[in-house]
Amino acid sequence: MCSKKGSVPFNGTKEQEEALLKVIAELKSEKGALMPIMQKAQDIYGYLPIEVQTIISNETGIPLEKIYGVATFYAQFNLNPKGRHRISVCLGTACYVKGSGDIYNYLMEKLGIVGGECTPDGKFSLDACRCVGACGLAPVMMVNDDVYGRLTVDDIDGILAKYE
Amino acid sequence: MANINVKINGRDVSAPAGSTILEAAHLAGIKIPTLCFLKEINEIGACRICVVEVKGARTLVASCVHPISEGMEIWTNTPKVLASRRRTLELILSNHDRKCLSCVRSGKCELQQLSHELGVVDEGYFDGVKNEYELDYSAVHMIRDNNKCILCRRCSAVCDKVQGVGVIGANHRGFSTSIGSAFEMGLGETSCVSCGQCIAVCPTGALTEKDYTDAILEAIADPAKHVVVQTAPAVRAALGEEFGYPIGTDVEGKMAAALRRIGFDKVFDTNFSADLTIMEEAHEFLDRVQNGGVLPLITSCSPGWIKYCEHYFPDMTENLSSCKSPQQMFGAVTKTYYAEKMGLDPKDIVCVSVMPCTAKKFEIGRDNQNAAGVPDVDIAITTRELARLIKRVGLDFRYLPEEGFDDPLGESTGAAVIFGATGGVMEAALRTAVETLTGEELASLDFTEVRGTAGIKEAAYSVAGLDVKVAVASGLKNAKELLEKVKSGEVEYHFIEIMGCPGGCVNGGGQPQVPADVRNFVDVRALRAKVLYDNDARQKVRKSHENPSVKRLYEEYLGQPGSHKAHELLHTTYVKRTIN
Repeated sequence: MCSKKGSVPFNGTKEQEEALLKVIAELKSEKGALMPIMQKAQDIYGYLPIEVQTIISNETGIPLEKIYGVATFYAQFNLNPKGRHRISVCLGTACYVKGSGDIYNYLMEKLGIVGGECTPDGKFSLDACRCVGACGLAPVMMVNDDVYGRLTVDDIDGILAKYE
Repeated sequence: MANINVKINGRDVSAPAGSTILEAAHLAGIKIPTLCFLKEINEIGACRICVVEVKGARTLVASCVHPISEGMEIWTNTPKVLASRRRTLELILSNHDRKCLSCVRSGKCELQQLSHELGVVDEGYFDGVKNEYELDYSAVHMIRDNNKCILCRRCSAVCDKVQGVGVIGANHRGFSTSIGSAFEMGLGETSCVSCGQCIAVCPTGALTEKDYTDAILEAIADPAKHVVVQTAPAVRAALGEEFGYPIGTDVEGKMAAALRRIGFDKVFDTNFSADLTIMEEAHEFLDRVQNGGVLPLITSCSPGWIKYCEHYFPDMTENLSSCKSPQQMFGAVTKTYYAEKMGLDPKDIVCVSVMPCTAKKFEIGRDNQNAAGVPDVDIAITTRELARLIKRVGLDFRYLPEEGFDDPLGESTGAAVIFGATGGVMEAALRTAVETLTGEELASLDFTEVRGTAGIKEAAYSVAGLDVKVAVASGLKNAKELLEKVKSGEVEYHFIEIMGCPGGCVNGGGQPQVPADVRNFVDVRALRAKVLYDNDARQKVRKSHENPSVKRLYEEYLGQPGSHKAHELLHTTYVKRTIN
């Protein structure tokens, strides 16, 4: 379930909006334009909050619900922004068996967000991923490009403290 | 078009080219069960209930979307087909809230009917993880219960393709898929227009109107309350379906008898105030034409259309007639003129309306709908709720006598009863406007150009040297198409009638649900509309301005149509809304 307004305040710029309007103007007369418009919109803003989807809806005449339906169908579309530090926890088979589920749950509790969301201060975003190719280190999580392996829940606070 | 020859269950069948297997089978009198399929609205072949075997085909095919070809051999009821259908149904049931005993659709549920017909033995055979959803009570007129939703998408198809609104649709993916609004908004937060067409097409109890039958029984039981009821024209054309009568049966007399036996103090008719609406609206039209007012004038009887206009065409609200709808005019007259006549305090009157419509539940709460300082109408129920009420109090509808309405707010003309069909308000208004303009009696009262179930109709009349161009649209997608042409200047009209539901009120969102296997093959709108036109043809008085009770109302109370008092009581205002 997603809340109507994201937990991170929307701060799109005038330039971003102009870029989006240009994209829509170029594409909207084409059949099947919605997906390319949404992809470009995500390139521009990094994610597709209600404010961006509303612009697309107003400009194309496509109901907001239809756009939201597409955005929630495809895993590649994000409704929430990514944080300055992107955490991803491997929930692949090996990591999961080794307890990565507990780590994921602890992170959600500690950060006060669910998977796919970003903390209100924009610092951390949390995602689950499937296998980063380091099963020998299970359970594994990544923060940005740093890989942390053989984790226990007790390690997490110390790791997060390293990031500002 | 040439016919194509196929074999269905070993029998030779000839059907027009382009037919689906389902249509060809129907022609041959062979029934194939369907669930998600709604003709011209939801043709997605998704639910797999209608599968059949086709010789040479790799798998079972969905007959609702699979076209026939020359020489095709089809079997509709082999053990393989029947087992597949049953298994599909059991899988659907495994994630369905099976509270049939307390479900409002029990006995009229298409899923229940299929389970019965296809011989489901164990509805819990595939039980596993179940999705659980909170109910959405946020809209004024209806409740959404996704626990009973089977994801057939009939509701979202009608909302988007027929009504051009599209505020509900499928979100998320796979087992997490659910029907809802953008960003999980409650329906009440969206630009839903309350038309109820989603309820009309829902096969289960997932979508229902908010039920006010108990509130009515409580009001009737309260000796301090004077409870009056009004019935919209279209209700009498469909109520009988809830009691086993064929579609297109007029049950006006039995309906009046039932209402009296339920215990209403007065059984009145919205047809009375439909005549009153014509008096005000025809006057407003002539005033706008003669004094350079905003044109085209657009009718305001349909609250679904009004809300749509406010959300989607906010720059055209000045075109809307300022006339309240017949439901609201009735309430206003009841709580002023009638209250004074009867020596009643308007606060002690409970005005109940029976409507083919769910948007009427929204309309009663609008601003500027309280002529006597209290709401004009207190409770609006649908035709379906009236049927429930009749059953609840133990009336045997089929054995009721035929009775009439009470005076004075029960008297009406043929012009009023056709309000329930698309084009009816236009025809009624023309009868009065033309006679007012020319001062002569019309030779024929039938304006057949504006009749029929076409989505958009237009006509032009020359009246006393004045060219009058009119248009009629029903179904909001059609309304949108028409209005965009008006806005672009492509077409020009003086007067437009718009009804929110396709075919008008006879096909309203509050009417008895017609199962898909019936509505896919008959035009329910035309059958019900015929009831109203036949009723009109039978009437001695067929022009609103000749309604004796309406004339008396003007003489005793309102003065003239469009008078200051009429404006205070019978007219309203609109707002501009946004799209969500």
